Amino acid sequence: MNIILELFLTFLKIGAFTYGGGYAMIPLIQREVCDNKKWLKDEDIFDIVAIAESTPGPVAINAATFVGYKVSGFPGALFSTLGVIIPSFVIISIISNILKEFQNLRAVQYAFMGIRAGVLALIIRALYTMYKATDKNPFSYFIMGVSLIMTAFAEIDAIYVIIGCALFGLIYTFFIVKETKDDPA
Amino acid sequence: MILLELFLTFLKTGAFTFGGGYAMLPIIQREVLNHGWLSKSELIDFIAVSESTPGPFAINMATFVGIRTFGLTGSLLTTFGVILPSFVIILIVAKCYDGFKKSRAVKGIMAGLKPAMIGMIGTAIILVGSTVFFPDGFALSSFSRVEFYTALTIFAISLILAFKKIHPIAIIILSAVLGIISGYL
Repeated sequence: MNIILELFLTFLKIGAFTYGGGYAMIPLIQREVCDNKKWLKDEDIFDIVAIAESTPGPVAINAATFVGYKVSGFPGALFSTLGVIIPSFVIISIISNILKEFQNLRAVQYAFMGIRAGVLALIIRALYTMYKATDKNPFSYFIMGVSLIMTAFAEIDAIYVIIGCALFGLIYTFFIVKETKDDPA
Repeated sequence: MILLELFLTFLKTGAFTFGGGYAMLPIIQREVLNHGWLSKSELIDFIAVSESTPGPFAINMATFVGIRTFGLTGSLLTTFGVILPSFVIILIVAKCYDGFKKSRAVKGIMAGLKPAMIGMIGTAIILVGSTVFFPDGFALSSFSRVEFYTALTIFAISLILAFKKIHPIAIIILSAVLGIISGYL
């Protein structure tokens, strides 16, 4: 089978069978791309994760584009990305229309009242997972606090906060971390 | 021009979120609420739907907002917008991959961005939390409403289950059922 078509179908499958996207998708990519198709080596998965999380945009799209490009250049990237988004796009379009029909029903409104409380719990769970994976040092805590206050209370556009934190991370890594490393103590 | 605005909004979202998922909520929230495209509770309902359908969270959200605001054309543009920065940046990174991997600048930027994402998710939690517990704004009288305690109970149950690693979909279904039951009690 044509490799472009295979890439497309593989990512179509990945898009259709992962929930929550992003990191949930990585094990599936590993199984399909490394184990089954042998397009990439197992250790490449670490590079895929590293690239996907340190470039802007959804992890799932980054990973699909990167794998597609590695396997088959620009056309590979294009069709892998298309594959991974099509299931989402189709399913959400259908659900959106169904919801529109039923959202005024009292039972549906009650259901969503419950769901909102459940979603709050899920986001807190996700925060906890991310927090565990982050460096714990005064600099990190400072950034966490500042970005929270700026976006939640000062209502500063998150984009400026992101740019600011990126610059601050650069300054920190190049000037402050270097100094402590040179410090003989 | 609403179509152009939809496209640009999601282009911005795609270009300035790292790690995807919930970290993009403060940006989406600000844009979507400022434009008056959705209400706060609609936005949270969308989060729930995006969480319980397959595919990347970011794509689900983009498609959803697009389709509700301007039908199929809207959803095509929002989805295209949110993936375009990823796609272009990954193609560039894939070409100068080893340099990117070893770059101290990338490490520095990530040192700033990872904790910033945690702060942003904190902001998302405050948004969702305020809608769940104080839908009409914070007031002392909120604490005497039955709905407050219903929400608190569903939230507490969901949180315990989330930390016991119960699947998010199971939690969403359960909180929907609890919401319906308490609504009719």
